[in-house]
Amino acid sequence: MLLKHFASKFGILSLILLCLILPSLVHPYFLSLMTLTFIYSIFAISIDILAGYAGRTSLCHGAIFGTAAYTAIYCVITNHYDPYTAILLGIGVSTLVGLVFAVLAVRTSGVYFLLLTLALGMIVWGVCQRWTSVTGGENGLRGNIRPEWLQNPEHFYYFSFMVLLVVGFAILRFVKSPFGLTLRGIRESESRMRSLGYNTTLHLIIGFVISAFIAGIAGVLYALFNSFVSSSSVSLAQSVKGLLMAIMGGVGTVFGGVVGSALIISLENIISSYTERWSFVMGLMFVLAMIFIPEGIVGKLKVSKK
Amino acid sequence: MDRRNFIKSGAAVSGLSVFGSFEQVLAQTTGPIKIGLMAPLTGVLAAGGKEIVEGFTMYWESIGKKVAGRDIQIFVEDDASNPDIALQKARKLTEQNQVDFLVGNLLANTGLAVAEFAKTNGIPYFIPVIAADDLTQRSRIPNVIRVAGYTASQTSHPLGDYAYKTMGFRKIVTISQDYTFGHEQCGGLVQVFTELGGQVLNQFWNPLNTQDFSPYFAQIQAAKPDAVFVMETGADGLRFLQQWTNFGLKGKIPLLAAQNTTDQSVIRSLNSGEADGLISAAHFAEGAPNVQTQKFVAEYLIAYNHFPSIYGFSHYVAAIWIAQAIKNVAGNISNRPKFLDAIRSVVLQESPLGRPVKLDTYGNPIYDVFIRKVTKRPDGKYWNVPVETYPSVSQFWKYKPEEYLKQPPYSRAFQGIKKS
Repeated sequence: MLLKHFASKFGILSLILLCLILPSLVHPYFLSLMTLTFIYSIFAISIDILAGYAGRTSLCHGAIFGTAAYTAIYCVITNHYDPYTAILLGIGVSTLVGLVFAVLAVRTSGVYFLLLTLALGMIVWGVCQRWTSVTGGENGLRGNIRPEWLQNPEHFYYFSFMVLLVVGFAILRFVKSPFGLTLRGIRESESRMRSLGYNTTLHLIIGFVISAFIAGIAGVLYALFNSFVSSSSVSLAQSVKGLLMAIMGGVGTVFGGVVGSALIISLENIISSYTERWSFVMGLMFVLAMIFIPEGIVGKLKVSKK
Repeated sequence: MDRRNFIKSGAAVSGLSVFGSFEQVLAQTTGPIKIGLMAPLTGVLAAGGKEIVEGFTMYWESIGKKVAGRDIQIFVEDDASNPDIALQKARKLTEQNQVDFLVGNLLANTGLAVAEFAKTNGIPYFIPVIAADDLTQRSRIPNVIRVAGYTASQTSHPLGDYAYKTMGFRKIVTISQDYTFGHEQCGGLVQVFTELGGQVLNQFWNPLNTQDFSPYFAQIQAAKPDAVFVMETGADGLRFLQQWTNFGLKGKIPLLAAQNTTDQSVIRSLNSGEADGLISAAHFAEGAPNVQTQKFVAEYLIAYNHFPSIYGFSHYVAAIWIAQAIKNVAGNISNRPKFLDAIRSVVLQESPLGRPVKLDTYGNPIYDVFIRKVTKRPDGKYWNVPVETYPSVSQFWKYKPEEYLKQPPYSRAFQGIKKS
């Protein structure tokens, strides 16, 4: 038991160490891919909170993610705020959007939750497309909003990594907390939880808002990383991408989001150099993954451990 | 069991680190010149993207992929018509492949995203078909140059003039796709047209990928205009012209078209004369009776079995332009400011344009703009034949650049319509 524990801890620790020394070993392009992986890991983790622990598969997280990115860039390029306030505002606004979505969506579950969040996400996408005076429409918003000390790609890499570590461990702790356990209880049987005296609606709303908060962090990081946001960042494709990362890695594992995002980001960027049909290759991979490891990569590792 | 778990963790770690074994490439002043070409090879604009690659590589291959003693190496990447992916690909080309400069992209939003990257990174970026006005106007970036490109309103300014003065139209309506390129094309036309005394009765903006234009047709007929200006790119252009003919409006209300609407990418699939006789304005006409143009068109036809579209043509000319600049600096392009100066000072003599072309001080070419008419060839295919030429048209038309730049960029809200 102790040894087993040690082995998995060792795996994680060596990964963290590897990430820490990576900048001195690899090419700058690879570093930017890793940074992107960290950002999407956070995004996938935010989806995993709902999908894995509360049993609610959301298709609106892309919209929340994008809202944070839009807000942060807009605040800086219109000269209203300094980068730090803009970052906070970005996270704040996306959390608020999450709250509104939560109030509207949590009374449903299953496929209805999926459809409702899909619709809510599409509203945000529509707004970003049409409200051109603020969002820039098809053209999106551009502007480098990184504070001075983050301009160096290596610094930004470490920064994103630290954020991922903090978010990752906080969420690991969160899902094991009594509150996290009630979310799991709701996933198993909402009616039973309600009869035990839990206010399930409130729990779900809080869970949703926390998830939106995390997605907002990812969105702001993305804005800092890319210096650019357009409606493709709030689109359904973005939500699906995040969800696929969570599923490929394994829902309900937190760490799965990191693995899923590493996998998908590498595939996207490496396969596409070799073939124009890269989306076909990825589609095929997803189908195969769903058939052979429906519990995801980390999920599979966990199961075989037992 | 524990051991197995340990191996798995180890395998996962080493698997991840494999991705790290990227080849380190050093920037060089000898050896091949590396060009990063981005084009939408998947997504809605894949057809146009393919022609970008065709036109661009066709020129380099014709000169044996060698300029000023240095080999040319082209890295092609798919931007998937998506700005986020375009940005990622620009990053990859620059940082991993270590290209010397970037070329391409089709959709304005992909171009704007990459331009922002180029601004921070400093890598030269050439945009033969990204027409967003402001990239060479209000928000210029020194290392982003519209080599062999054009601004959206550059060719529609003269069309407004031609519509009023030569064709004698006084009242028009416009219908256009609802995005920047459309806003700017319409803006250019209606500003010139209304300043001459013309009247714009109404402007319709249809979303990209409109399947059914009949609701717009009803409104256009109700407005009773002298003519309609239509700006539809790609499949929307096809559908518009087909439906316009099917509704019996062809010949009843004259159509003026944007250069994209009668571009080969649209009219080559309209074989029953839907586009016949359409008037448009552009800096390139594949039917121009010019030796150099016809030589290019004939070669392109042999190579790819269709007439060149604006995408293939622009990138072919861009390649000539870049090659000329590389020759002018004797192949030493690692000094970026010098290379950019060389690009800016090229006066292109020998190109399918058939006449000398150079950039204005804002980094946009000055062209002779043709008023073109879609005409049937003896072999039954259609192409654009020039009927009149506006010489030396810059992106500012006849306005003073400083004053022109004081007005806001064209948008849905601002079309430059003169209040009478």
